[in-house]
Amino acid sequence: MATTTEKILARAAGQAKVEPGDNVWVDTDILLTHDVCGPGTIGVFKREFGQDAKVWDPEKVVIIPDHYIFTKDDKAHRNVDILRDFVKEQGLPYYYDVGTRDYRGVCHVALPQEGHVRPGEVIFGTDSHTCTHGALGAFSTGIGNTDAGFILGTGKLLVKIPPTLRFVLNGEKPEWVTGKDIILRIIGDIGVDGANYCAMEFVGETITAMSIEERMTICNMAIEAGGKNGIIHADEKTCDYVKARTDKPFEPQNGDLDAPVAMEKSYDVSSFVPCVAEPSLPSNYAPAGDRNDVKLTRAYIGSCTGGKITDFIMAAKILKGRKVSIDTFLVPATTTVAEGLMSETIDGVSLVEIFAEAGCLDIAPPSCAACLGGPADTFGRAQHEEVVISTTNRNFIGRMGSKQAQIYLASPLTAAASAVAGHITDPREMM
Amino acid sequence: MSEGDQIMRGKVYVLGDNIDTDQIIPAEFLNLVPTIPEEYRKLGARALAGLPDEMPPFVTDGNDKSEFSIVVAGRNFGCGSSREHAPICLGAAGINAVVAETYARIFFRNSVATGELYPLESAARLCDVFQTGDEAEIDLDSGIIVRTATGERFELKPLGPVAPVIDAGGIFGYARKTGMIS
Ligand code: SF4
Repeated sequence: MATTTEKILARAAGQAKVEPGDNVWVDTDILLTHDVCGPGTIGVFKREFGQDAKVWDPEKVVIIPDHYIFTKDDKAHRNVDILRDFVKEQGLPYYYDVGTRDYRGVCHVALPQEGHVRPGEVIFGTDSHTCTHGALGAFSTGIGNTDAGFILGTGKLLVKIPPTLRFVLNGEKPEWVTGKDIILRIIGDIGVDGANYCAMEFVGETITAMSIEERMTICNMAIEAGGKNGIIHADEKTCDYVKARTDKPFEPQNGDLDAPVAMEKSYDVSSFVPCVAEPSLPSNYAPAGDRNDVKLTRAYIGSCTGGKITDFIMAAKILKGRKVSIDTFLVPATTTVAEGLMSETIDGVSLVEIFAEAGCLDIAPPSCAACLGGPADTFGRAQHEEVVISTTNRNFIGRMGSKQAQIYLASPLTAAASAVAGHITDPREMM
Repeated sequence: MSEGDQIMRGKVYVLGDNIDTDQIIPAEFLNLVPTIPEEYRKLGARALAGLPDEMPPFVTDGNDKSEFSIVVAGRNFGCGSSREHAPICLGAAGINAVVAETYARIFFRNSVATGELYPLESAARLCDVFQTGDEAEIDLDSGIIVRTATGERFELKPLGPVAPVIDAGGIFGYARKTGMIS
């Protein structure tokens, strides 16, 4: 008996079985990098393997610039140039270049969208939210430049098998409870290091009933509890999603539900409520309805956590026919999401129109934008003592720019309702 | 840090729990590429620039090295991003070791993989014992950190399975030593 994480890693290590705590060399199926960590990764690769070295397998390297895109910062442009040169030199087929029709935007939304995430596979990425892709039954985790440089040369990485923490989510999910509310509640319970070094496995009927994008929101934030990876069994929904995006064959490696784990925790999701994480840790859980006293200066909807099309549909449900009372920033994660804002409708009205009528700021082009602050001219960057409600994943001091800004993490429903009211608001009041 | 340095002495900078990578190196400096020597130095100059303003300066204006060479912290040091800029900026600023109660996984791993600094774990909560500016001595062989002024000695936890990787100077050194790569 083994968990999903153990099965995938055993297979990638060429072993019949692995145990938590084992250190094994595993084969990489996908290495993801972006403009912030790609240049350093390439630097390590060249330093260690030589200027003329070739990557181990061009088909398995995916490079998605997304962080510092719409900025005048010279070094940010230089960094994309480094990626571009490397892609050309190595003949890499999967590069989503800035300023071309290939540009996509935020890597963790683009990677599955473009068919690079497949159940049963091993994905490493130079970004901590690479754990997102466990939502499709892959082992996927964030690494640094040095490890990534090593993979570029060898295709392998030394991995410690994580113990699994199993979260069993049952009960009918009320429509006002989102993936974001579920993961913020769990992080609130176990703390920002509650899953340190561990695999967070999410199972149960609530998960089965959820969309792939909502599952992504949950796995995306596994790292906010210190998790090495988040993981969800691949089911029919997963396989349909993947097959619609790639012809590459894959074999799900679903774990045994009775495999021993380090901890199992069960929840009845029907009792969950819309919530926020207060500054400055994602574990500072509070029901949204208990924080009406918090006055806001802006709302931000975007990022790999909360900038997918389903997130904008949720926000639009609240904003339709209402007006925002604070500056409301909308940043679709990818170009596909941006297109969806025009094609998706509610009662015949497109999301773009709904947001415009609600008085949101003009929709920004897709990128990470202010999710991580970024260069001073980044769209939506908090420059002063702002109080922001945001669908992103981190509310650390200075995360969205100014150290003086206060960030409240929330679902798109809660962010939208709060944008209307001007203070933190339970979206049930508007549903 | 040179291999075989088993004794480290220096001034201590003290931090609390959950020091995240945005505080260690704010995102606006992630346009610097650590493998470019000039930018490596600049990362050192920006180390811990994201700490709240009331904290004592870690690197004073105009310098790219810190007067401190040891960081003492609480739980979950380095949580957040996978940015390798985090251990690198500390190493570039002249930090030889961090002594924390626990680490976030990726920061620990990046410290080991790069060989930039020793991520050491203390059995006791040393961030309540040490004060910024204290002198300390770390003896890696005997796994002890000493507060020089008082002579108090505190135990460090053994490095365990990562010790050979750190001793080899990082993942590349280790892989060469064990014949993984040539
Ligand atoms: S959207 Fe935010 S959390 Fe996601 S990859 Fe970009 S910076 Fe990181």
